Amino acid sequence: MKISDQLIKDLAPKKFGKRGVIWTIFLSVIIVLGIIAYIDQLIKGQEVTNMRDYALWGIYISNFVFFVATSFVGSVTVAILRLTKNSWRTPLVRIAEIISVAAIIMAGITIMIDMARPDRLLNLFIHARLQSPITWDVVIIPTYIVISLLLLYFPLIPDLAILKGPLEKTQPRLSKLYGKMALKWNGSKAQKALQEKSIRIIAIMIIPVGLLLQTIDAWLFSTTYRIGWDSTNFAPYFISGAFVAGVGALVVVIFLVRWFKKLENYITDSHFDKLGKFLVLACLTYLYFNVNEYFIPFFTAKKGEMAHLDMLFTGSYAPLFWLVIIGGLVLPILVLLFKKGRRPKSMFVIGILVVLGSWWKRFIIVTPTLLHPFLPIQGVPESWRHYFPSTHEWLITGATLAMAFLIITVLVRYLPVIPIQRTADEQQMLQSSKNSKS
Amino acid sequence: MEENNKKTRRKFIDKGLKLGLVTAIGGVGLSKISSKLAAKPSKGSGETMELMTTDGTLIQVDSAEVVKQKPSHDHDEKYNVREGMPNRKFVMVIDLAKCKNALKCQNACNKHHYITGDNAWLKVYKMQESEDTAPYWMPSTCMHCDKPACVTVCPVDATFKRRDGLVLIDNERCIGCRFCMAACPYSTRVFNWSEPNQGETSEITLEMDMDLHQHAPSHPEHAGVPSIKGTVDKCDFCPHAIANGELPHCVTACPNGVFYFGDKYEDTVNNGEETVRLSKLLKDKAGYRLMESLGTEPSVYYLPPTDRLVDFEDGLDKYKEFESVEKTESL
Repeated sequence: MKISDQLIKDLAPKKFGKRGVIWTIFLSVIIVLGIIAYIDQLIKGQEVTNMRDYALWGIYISNFVFFVATSFVGSVTVAILRLTKNSWRTPLVRIAEIISVAAIIMAGITIMIDMARPDRLLNLFIHARLQSPITWDVVIIPTYIVISLLLLYFPLIPDLAILKGPLEKTQPRLSKLYGKMALKWNGSKAQKALQEKSIRIIAIMIIPVGLLLQTIDAWLFSTTYRIGWDSTNFAPYFISGAFVAGVGALVVVIFLVRWFKKLENYITDSHFDKLGKFLVLACLTYLYFNVNEYFIPFFTAKKGEMAHLDMLFTGSYAPLFWLVIIGGLVLPILVLLFKKGRRPKSMFVIGILVVLGSWWKRFIIVTPTLLHPFLPIQGVPESWRHYFPSTHEWLITGATLAMAFLIITVLVRYLPVIPIQRTADEQQMLQSSKNSKS
Repeated sequence: MEENNKKTRRKFIDKGLKLGLVTAIGGVGLSKISSKLAAKPSKGSGETMELMTTDGTLIQVDSAEVVKQKPSHDHDEKYNVREGMPNRKFVMVIDLAKCKNALKCQNACNKHHYITGDNAWLKVYKMQESEDTAPYWMPSTCMHCDKPACVTVCPVDATFKRRDGLVLIDNERCIGCRFCMAACPYSTRVFNWSEPNQGETSEITLEMDMDLHQHAPSHPEHAGVPSIKGTVDKCDFCPHAIANGELPHCVTACPNGVFYFGDKYEDTVNNGEETVRLSKLLKDKAGYRLMESLGTEPSVYYLPPTDRLVDFEDGLDKYKEFESVEKTESL
């Protein structure tokens, strides 16, 4: 079992080029701006946001929901494709795991930004009450972070051992770190069996935990009486939405990584084709739940529901609503149904549309509902009847997105983004099956 | 060979750990059982005592088993702010037929709770069910629900329900997640988006009240004083007034006797002018509660706006769609 030099040369982490450095600096600047805005928010209070007593949640919450949704990609691609034995996943899983880790960590941070008293964070543990959906979130998010990290780490161990030697001269520090993290991996049968078993356990565990995470996220809303949230459809609606957001993000990141790292030999057009089919499945499922979510209340046309739907279909949120539904869901489905639409470049554009659509979709789920409560909005300034994020909110939210990108960038820089050991194994298997045939 | 050694060592550790766990659990169990067994045939002093049970039968007990009970110190002495006033259940009745949108209730509430934000705790809504029905004024306070949605969703028990019916907020504990505000169907909760700046008078009130009732600052019963940045506030049914045997500020301020406040256990409510039987009032005037269908079980009842003596238009000159807290220069 020898790993070819070519494989190592192609897949070993490389130092940043000029573009990498500029990109990292760009992200850092956005993050610094966001941190400054956040400190200002801490000092002045959430007055600096455009949230008020009616629009009491804004883009902090919708951004949080977006991160949670995106983190679902780890469960879907890695675990489900693994259990269904879809071998085309090999070059994609590591990137999916990286996105998952970055998104769930940022979800945890984002939710704290929305808390007006982050200094009292410990109250969530000291005075925790099990009946509050927020407490369920406090339990499930750290659990998902741990499982996601393990799912990233376990398959990484053999690759780290492989790369330790080749990197010794070019990047000695990294090589040393790899050596430690490889946990004395020597590729023996016993070790392999143990690793295989550990991965299997984690891959199975992440499915129920991932589903629970999305469910709890949906329940944050559907456990209230609010029109537009009070829906039994909400958990599956969120799960299918997470499927879309996660795979969409995966498409975008895969394309960029392949382009920057010149991995065309490993991530082929056929991978994009498969991924495109996967994404169209996700979009169709989500469209189905969207129809459920909007059509049934529209049909029964209860007064409160209609106030909500009018706001979305023809009212102040209509342009955004239709842009998200058509641009972020219907159009991608139409394009991806055709083979030509599933080529890398077209997939990249569609992926960006899907991710943008997913982000704004959360905004549409969170805010409009709050702006038509059961009792009329009276006795408060006129501006409280609308909501659009303030500069502070944009800066801070931009920083959280930049931080997610930075985590992804750093992990892509320092880890082999395509599993080396497994690629080698698969190549060997392919070779031997060819030999036996001839 | 080395491989083999490793395996047996692993097995040994694995089995050893399991065995240890079983032993530990078994040991604890055994000691529990044995202590129970041992307790039964206690030595006994040989002497017996005659005692009377609560239902009046005489029994004989070994005198060695008789232990003097420690007197409870907590009983009836300490007032628990999370339990509330013993044997009370506060309710409010709002008679919509009498409301002329005089807004004295709101002004009094704003003043006594030192409300500095833009959203009052007490609001008088201009309501109209449909085009063909008459408009009416509807004052709304916190409903102090018996099944409060806000309390259910609070992750830190900062907002709580008391035995005397009040739903209050511990703003020293609130983390500012605003989930309670999203959960409340009556939109009654307000948030301190910035530093409340309640002024000097509020501090004087606070000190006076602290002296009178001997409690810490930022007490949930404390008339919204002090409000704290990044926490939630709302109508508190004025426990500081109740404690002094007074009616809530909105009740006493109303010139039209719209608000009745009282105790459900005593079945009486008072609007500052008359005391009436709660059950009779609700029966005679067909009282109802807001959004009964949600199952929140509010403590505030409404009497329908029937037979109104004054035109709806009379209140319109006071109606301000975009303001509920008057901004005064000197606070």
